[in-house]
Amino acid sequence: MAFVARVGRVVLAFLSATGRLALFTLNAVSHCFRPPIYVNLILRQFVDIGYYSLPVVGLTAIFIGMVLALQLHTGFNRITGGESAIAQVVVLGMTRELGPVIAGLMVAGRIGAAIAAEVGTMRVTDQIDALSTLSTNPYKYLVVPRLLAGVVALPALVLVADCIGVFGGFLVATYKFGFNPAAYLQNTADFLRTDDVVSGLIKSAVFGFLISLMGCYTGYHSKGGAQGVGAATTYAVVSASVLILMFDYILSALLFSS
Amino acid sequence: MTGAPKISVRGLRKSFGSKVVLDGLDLDVGIGESVVVIGGSGTGKSVMVKCIIGLMEPDAGSIKIDGQEVTGLKRGERERLMRKFGMLFQGAALFDSLRVWQNVAFGLIQGHGIGRDEAKATAIKTLGAVGLDPEVAELWPAELSGGMQKRVGLARAIAAKPEIIVFDEPTTGLDPIMGDVINDLIIKCVRDLGATAVSITHDMASAHKIADRIAMIYKGKIIWQGSSKTIDQSGNPYVDQFIHGRGEGPIKMEVRAL
Repeated sequence: MAFVARVGRVVLAFLSATGRLALFTLNAVSHCFRPPIYVNLILRQFVDIGYYSLPVVGLTAIFIGMVLALQLHTGFNRITGGESAIAQVVVLGMTRELGPVIAGLMVAGRIGAAIAAEVGTMRVTDQIDALSTLSTNPYKYLVVPRLLAGVVALPALVLVADCIGVFGGFLVATYKFGFNPAAYLQNTADFLRTDDVVSGLIKSAVFGFLISLMGCYTGYHSKGGAQGVGAATTYAVVSASVLILMFDYILSALLFSS
Repeated sequence: MTGAPKISVRGLRKSFGSKVVLDGLDLDVGIGESVVVIGGSGTGKSVMVKCIIGLMEPDAGSIKIDGQEVTGLKRGERERLMRKFGMLFQGAALFDSLRVWQNVAFGLIQGHGIGRDEAKATAIKTLGAVGLDPEVAELWPAELSGGMQKRVGLARAIAAKPEIIVFDEPTTGLDPIMGDVINDLIIKCVRDLGATAVSITHDMASAHKIADRIAMIYKGKIIWQGSSKTIDQSGNPYVDQFIHGRGEGPIKMEVRAL
């Protein structure tokens, strides 16, 4: 019986956590459409999430693009005539898949953790309660700006990451493997379609939402001082990363099913 | 107490899991009266004020402010009601991302829609009322000592001229001299505003000083109340044990091994 009870407790805990998250999400999203909207807070978050993540996202993107070209070259060498497909596979891989996922994971580590720590500290030092006593809705003041900024900033970052990633592949292909630069770029441009980029941007908007949501949710419900905030930070990064990869599959299946 | 009470609490109950914190608590606070609720740690003081101010929803019971039932209010009505309240938190709960004057002006700008310049002028005037120089207004909360943070918290609580002010352990963590300064400021501010005050504390010197009436809470109920002058002759063994700080008596500290 003890085993059954334990299974039951785990299932109940999972269901109540899912329910709490769902309610939090609904509440937060509904506040996105009701005034007052704090425009200056949204802009500040946008700069935090978008602009200050540029270096880390740019660096990862260039190395991912470079290693992609390197691996494809060794792989395609085994297929006769496969080599010429490097440009196409690099641009497709970056825009559809690697740009959004890599940027998403890097931003989850950088911003998800920062949001959870900041909101969590505000929770355990009563600052969130203080907001309420000053007639300010914490959802509107803390959660909505971060959600909106995440949804807008991540696609912008991914657009940059796409370009840098393709450039990384270009560098390796032309300098290391002696491809003709003009032909490489021509191949890339001819092959790329608008919906490749757009689908990647749709994905990244969802990822941005997930990162901000998990940061705010875990921070908002953190308790128990420094340790609680630490746990919230870890949970925010881990859950956002897992959700990003999960939704990456779901969205890919939906967007590319036809 | 004359006329209808400002705050009227009846049969308030609140439990967390199996732990009963408030067990049918009744309390009335008259208009312009200063009531101090004393009691040991974990007796439900904080939960009681959180229920009154609306940061927590009680399980059962009624809370009336100016004769209006406030339990189960919708969010919009609750935000409007919040404008009647000011609260000084135990740890001051200043927003550490904002300067001192922005903290003090927060309720004016966000809750009352007052312009930035006018709010800043009011903030500096309010800071003066709690004995802080205008130079302090430009500092960050982290640059202040504990006593100064409490004063800024007090200025923030009274800046919007609330009708009811709640003080959560106003002197805890301060040295005796600074504690007395805060007590004097509380008396002055409450008198100047003509506000109703509810304080919770376990500091008897502070309770004697700021209270018109003292109520003692034990195991989630008010077990004694009377004027602050009569508390020394209460004849109640629980009150006697508490105000004289005796380890032996009817109140048994629940010490259990973890």
